[in-house]
Amino acid sequence: METPGPTSRDSVQSRRRWINLLLGSGVAASIISFIYPALRYIIPPPVAESASNFVVAAKVGELKNNSGKIFRFGSRPALLVHLADGSYRAFSAVCTHLSCTVQYRSDLREIWCACHNGLYNLEGRNVSGPPPRPLATYEVHIQGDDVVVTRAA
Amino acid sequence: MTKSIIVVALLSLSLRATVAAPPKDTCITCHAALGGDLAKPASQFEVDVHHQAGLRCADCHGGDPSDDSMNAMSHAKGFRGAPKKNQIPEFCARCHSDVTYMHRFNPQMRVDQLSEYLTSVHGKRLKQGDTKVAACVDCHGVHNILAVSDTRAPVYSTNVASTCARCHADAAYMKGFDIPTNQFALYEKSVHAQTLAGGDTSAPTCSTCHGNHGATPPGVSSVANVCGTCHVMNEQLFDKSPHQAAFAKMGLPGCVQCHSNHEIVRPTDAWVGTGPQSVCTTCHTPGDKGYGAAQATLADLTHLDSSLTRAAEVLNVAERAGMEVSGPKVELAGAHEDLVKARVDVHTFDAAAVGKLTDSGVEIAAKSYQAGVAALRERDYRRKGLGLALIAIVLAIGGLYLKIRQMESGHSIGHRGDVERKAREV
Amino acid sequence: MATLYRKTLNWLDERFGAGSVEEFLRHKTVPVTRHILWYYLGGMTLFLFIIQILTGILLLLYYRPTPNDAFESVQFIMTQVRFGWLIRSVHSWSANLMIFTAFLHMFSVYFLKAYRKPRELTWISGMLLFFIVLGFGFSGYLLPWNTLAFFATKVGTEMAGSVPGIGKWLLVFLRGGQEVTGATLTRFFGFHIAVLPGLATLLLAIHLFLVQKLGMSVPPSVERAVAEGRTSLRNMPFFPNFLLRDMIGWYAALGVLGGLAAIFPWELGTKADAFAAAPAGIRPEWYFLFMFQTLKYLPARILFLEGELAGILGFSVAAVVWIMVPFLDRRIGFGRLTRVFTGLGVFVIGYIIVLSALALR
Repeated sequence: METPGPTSRDSVQSRRRWINLLLGSGVAASIISFIYPALRYIIPPPVAESASNFVVAAKVGELKNNSGKIFRFGSRPALLVHLADGSYRAFSAVCTHLSCTVQYRSDLREIWCACHNGLYNLEGRNVSGPPPRPLATYEVHIQGDDVVVTRAA
Repeated sequence: MTKSIIVVALLSLSLRATVAAPPKDTCITCHAALGGDLAKPASQFEVDVHHQAGLRCADCHGGDPSDDSMNAMSHAKGFRGAPKKNQIPEFCARCHSDVTYMHRFNPQMRVDQLSEYLTSVHGKRLKQGDTKVAACVDCHGVHNILAVSDTRAPVYSTNVASTCARCHADAAYMKGFDIPTNQFALYEKSVHAQTLAGGDTSAPTCSTCHGNHGATPPGVSSVANVCGTCHVMNEQLFDKSPHQAAFAKMGLPGCVQCHSNHEIVRPTDAWVGTGPQSVCTTCHTPGDKGYGAAQATLADLTHLDSSLTRAAEVLNVAERAGMEVSGPKVELAGAHEDLVKARVDVHTFDAAAVGKLTDSGVEIAAKSYQAGVAALRERDYRRKGLGLALIAIVLAIGGLYLKIRQMESGHSIGHRGDVERKAREV
Repeated sequence: MATLYRKTLNWLDERFGAGSVEEFLRHKTVPVTRHILWYYLGGMTLFLFIIQILTGILLLLYYRPTPNDAFESVQFIMTQVRFGWLIRSVHSWSANLMIFTAFLHMFSVYFLKAYRKPRELTWISGMLLFFIVLGFGFSGYLLPWNTLAFFATKVGTEMAGSVPGIGKWLLVFLRGGQEVTGATLTRFFGFHIAVLPGLATLLLAIHLFLVQKLGMSVPPSVERAVAEGRTSLRNMPFFPNFLLRDMIGWYAALGVLGGLAAIFPWELGTKADAFAAAPAGIRPEWYFLFMFQTLKYLPARILFLEGELAGILGFSVAAVVWIMVPFLDRRIGFGRLTRVFTGLGVFVIGYIIVLSALALR
């Protein structure tokens, strides 16, 4: 409210300054609270990419023939099998019965689930025991020294 | 022209009718007319699987089904009559043990039922003259026999237990035999019965363990084999454990000793250890090696179970607060798997082996717990950050409001007149 | 501050004639009536759209539009990228808020009859923008490639297939094939970040130019009162008075968005599996619920038409009538024809609310 008198102009001016200051600092603070997250966002995080589709499961020569290896694919376990004839197969290692982690049995030459004795053949097909569905299969390629597993297209 | 066509059509229809009519079966026609008990076979035979296969009364009982007179049932016509109780197995086996004959109807059919039956307690006692025991028709029915795969059959998997119970649960009928009559009642309480009732036809019923034609209770040494046909891991571990030899020496029945034979219920962790529900303390006493092993095993299992629960709880709280914890949850599933495997490994009766599994599970659960705690910390950080941002926003809004008031002061709350002049004073 | 502004303006004016642009903008005023609150909605919708563009561009730095990677990349943004959770949740919440304010803006313009002469084209460009905004919502919803989105898209594009004549072609065009697959995702992504933004920019430019050129509409009741000498018209300059008030609203919206993102983050769901059965209770986002529910209630046949087809035709006719309202509501401000349209508007709002509520039950 304007008050009459010789100081009214000054008080109005100083009030105006305070209000400008409040407005300025409020806007500045709010802008910082928006810009700060955005700036941190555009800097890539330490793990540079999202869970892949593409994993180096092993090195060539790491697995003997007729043996298997469990590796991480995305957030789930997967199984790489090096067959007796030298070829590689890769499957999801999550048993389709109750999600235990399966393993390769070199004596049976099949994939076995320790929890309830489920068996899958080397195509991933459920052949014996409780599993109701085959294991998901992945593609395997050799790239130089790496055995690379990718999700089937 | 049309008239002759109609006549020919009618004639051919009636001819067809004559050709398609079934051959005369006086057995059915006479017995159906007799009424009462004598008519029952005729009416029941409609659904019988033998009838569906094209067989008639005479194919089992002999006689002449085209003969209207009582001569149809004469010896001259090959009539065999209704067999006496102790003749029934051979009566059915006339066809059912004949490989060539049976495989005409079903190439995969078994033909050893009679030889199996003769080894069974039922078969042996029948031969000794006991007519109270079960023979073929007691389980399968007489004239309304249904295929085993037919859900209405008394020998369909979900019906087997009640069929056996017809005699074996009848205390009055079983008087004189030296066996209990509570098996059916106990079985009904079991996890097997409940699983079967729930629709899983792979769950065991009486005949799964005892055999159907060769029904003999498994001897002490063979019980573990029966259980082990499905519970492979447990049997293999048990066989390698110290209990196998010890039980055999004492004449104890393997799995049944702890798990019972008919009243097989879902075991809990409390069965291990030394508490009131423990099965270990049946034999083990404080101070002996087994007692210590039991205590250690229970402690490990409980430790893992509680770690799992703790981690799952904190992850759930974090998830409900909106944090993304699907990764840690998947890892925790691995710890749960360790608990499942540890419970199976109890059958090694080796506390160290169980301990190894539970240790690995506890480690995973601890990591998941940490991830959950971190998620909750992040949630708090976000809320604090929100609070700060809101303060900044409130300041900004406050500043805007005061600015507007200041710009438009000197006028009433409306914006009458030349607000433009005032605006330029900003 | 003011002198800096002046100096910049002079610099630009000496080179590009920016002064005349400033003149053009400076004269914008807003009528001050008891309906003034509704006048904030257009700016609010625009503000939220700008938020969408900014957060959308940020999301683009990490998002991958393929079925193998889409869900994982959104999960990555939510869990690994610093403040990714904030950007993504703000984007999802702001999308819904923007559609809501767009609805409010459209209905307030409708009831204040701002579509009457000379603003018919503003209304039409606005309605087209509204459909584009719904298209943004529909295309964007699929991008996280989770179960809900996958099946909602399946159902939604299935309904497009029932449009007579062009239906089959439309379905294949939308889905990039016969079924919802990775091709659909790629296509929707293209619509969402290129096609629709391009169209929206064009229409927005037209819409804002028209608003600027034609000035703010005065509500018919006030116009009549002024004409009858019962009151005088007060105007507020847009710059800076109305704009400062606008900014209060925008800051409040930012506070709401921040709160929603921090306390009710947008969920991730589970990754879409084309071969899994559809979970129970699949339904589209709230802004499509009333249409979805209507189609559920329609009988299998209405006269000679298949029920679903009749429903779609019905909605199409309703949309066309709605768009053509400036040309149908001739005698605005006078006479009874106008009250028919007010009644129609009330019916439409009531219908949308009731049907949406039924769908949520």
